[in-house]
Amino acid sequence: MERIIYRELKSTPQLWGLIVVLGAFIAAAAAVVLYIEHHGHIVTGMNNQIVWGVPHVFAIFLIVAASGALNVSSIGSVFGKKAYKPTARLSSLLAMSLLMGGLAVLVLDLGRPDRLIVAMTKYNFKSIFAWNVLLYTGFLGIVAVYLYAQMARGVHAVALKTAGLAAFLWRLALTTGTGSIFGWLVARQAYDAAIMAPMFIAMSFSFGLAMFMLVMIGTCTITGRRYGPKIRTRQARLLGIFVAVVLYFTAVQHLTNIYATEHHGVERFILLEGGIYTALFWIGQIFLGGIVPLALLFHPKLDVKRSLVILAALLVVMGGLIQLYIIVIGGQAYPLEIFPGYEVSSSFSDGVVNSYTPTALEFILGFGGVALALLITSLGMKFLRILPTNLSDANVSREEMGDS
Amino acid sequence: MNIPGLKPAGGCGGGCSSKEKGADLHRRDFLKSGAAMASVTLAPGVTLMAMGSGVAAAANPDVRWGLLIDAGKCPSDCSACVSACSNEHGWENHGEDTDPQWIRKVTLKDRATGHENSLPVMCQHCENPPCVDVCPTGASFKREDGIVLVDRHTCIGCRYCMMACPFKARSFVHHPVEGQKASTPRGNGTVEGCNMCVHKLDRGDGTTACVEACNATGNNAMIFGDLNDPESDISKALANYPSIELRSDLRLNLGVRYQNI
Repeated sequence: MERIIYRELKSTPQLWGLIVVLGAFIAAAAAVVLYIEHHGHIVTGMNNQIVWGVPHVFAIFLIVAASGALNVSSIGSVFGKKAYKPTARLSSLLAMSLLMGGLAVLVLDLGRPDRLIVAMTKYNFKSIFAWNVLLYTGFLGIVAVYLYAQMARGVHAVALKTAGLAAFLWRLALTTGTGSIFGWLVARQAYDAAIMAPMFIAMSFSFGLAMFMLVMIGTCTITGRRYGPKIRTRQARLLGIFVAVVLYFTAVQHLTNIYATEHHGVERFILLEGGIYTALFWIGQIFLGGIVPLALLFHPKLDVKRSLVILAALLVVMGGLIQLYIIVIGGQAYPLEIFPGYEVSSSFSDGVVNSYTPTALEFILGFGGVALALLITSLGMKFLRILPTNLSDANVSREEMGDS
Repeated sequence: MNIPGLKPAGGCGGGCSSKEKGADLHRRDFLKSGAAMASVTLAPGVTLMAMGSGVAAAANPDVRWGLLIDAGKCPSDCSACVSACSNEHGWENHGEDTDPQWIRKVTLKDRATGHENSLPVMCQHCENPPCVDVCPTGASFKREDGIVLVDRHTCIGCRYCMMACPFKARSFVHHPVEGQKASTPRGNGTVEGCNMCVHKLDRGDGTTACVEACNATGNNAMIFGDLNDPESDISKALANYPSIELRSDLRLNLGVRYQNI
């Protein structure tokens, strides 16, 4: 068995090619931001009924995935599973970079992104949004310290575990805050539910680990470093458990609503009669984003077929984006119940399902955030000793693999 | 935008006393009127003004302004209140999803009986406004006299207040604004809604543009006044006849009430 040796990524044409491609996505997103800033949000598909659109879907996905990407670090340091420790640095780096990507999209979609300083200097502490500003910046700070503790020589094990525990508890608070953005909205039928917070935590575990595995496999493919099938399969099986937990929370969310007569309308809309939202829910979120990856991740040949892991992780990411699309946009599309018991009509879309056609601009902005997260991760691995040179199963010792 | 006699004062919030030196009489009169606003130059030719501390300072904490709307007197083919609001504040609805609507006529049909009603809906000026709760920067705020406003200086355009409002009372400005009214600052990328004609109240008009227009039609379906004054017309009408507030299940204690729905 070799020692675990962390090394910067070598400068290869593949790596620089990837960085150029990511840079192109970011440049396109920057152009879109300037365009929207100049013309106003009229050039997007968002309107006065669907006020949050595709950029918010991407932003929330990245923010939720960020806290989940820290799983591998937490499992290593806090829960003492040694097999996860060699990839813990990447886990911490990816958590920070995904959060930065998500925040960039969120901030650049503001009506007045130039007033970011206002958001950082004026706080209404009753607003969960204001709390989130502190939770997000705090997360970046705590994980930065945690990453330093993981990388520096001579850091005492207790100090590392303490930093890991602080980061773990903080990420739970962070995702609770993100879920509560919707959970605490009393006005809308699709929200106003305490289950949003724990469901978002489950979603973060799933989406974050899927993103981590894709980055891990992608990096090892580009650089030729080994990622042993046993450790890969073990992480993939864990992803399967998280996918199942998200399905469980989704079931409880809808069953709870179905029980209450006042929520029958919105449940009928999402589950049965919502057109695109119903199709996305059953085909996109539940089948392709839930059941299929679950079957793949518990496939008996998972350890010999890396492609199954890649496909499953991609489906989890796609299903996650779809789930957030249904929550964010489906929740707004369903009309507000201002006059229960009445048929309502007006010039302001009262009583009708609100329409939304996202534009390419919004997708470019969203993918720009993903590209920014991946660029920061790539540069981090290029210039810092993040990833071990060899993660073969023999290297992640038998003893370490046997602690499950 | 150009406001006669009012020069851009820079991004100085509500006060700007040092800037008053050298300002012409016109401007000083304007500030003294109690409807003081701060203004900031966003780009050449575009000045954004905010109802800041000047407006808040003019609010009387003993007063709670409110509206009573009698749906029984509101004809379905009348939209005088909507036109008056649009003219007073300078917003225009061309029928696009992205156009602002500070006030709208809503038609209700009772599913059980088929009975139809028509009534205007605007910001309900909640005592406990969800928009104020969720606003991260405090740009959504409630004056001491119960009027719920947006400070255009500190609105970052996140639209969380629009997600939180149970009445769809707010609109987002989707494109650069031209030809604004001096009394109603508006700006691309910020959120706006009914401000109960705060500029008219602060200059002592004692009513709103929508109520004036409704009375001018002879329908007299809207009463404006002080909910805290038992002798006001609105308080007497509320005391003598049954009324409801929208989404009363949310316990927001609205400043706008309805009769005969």
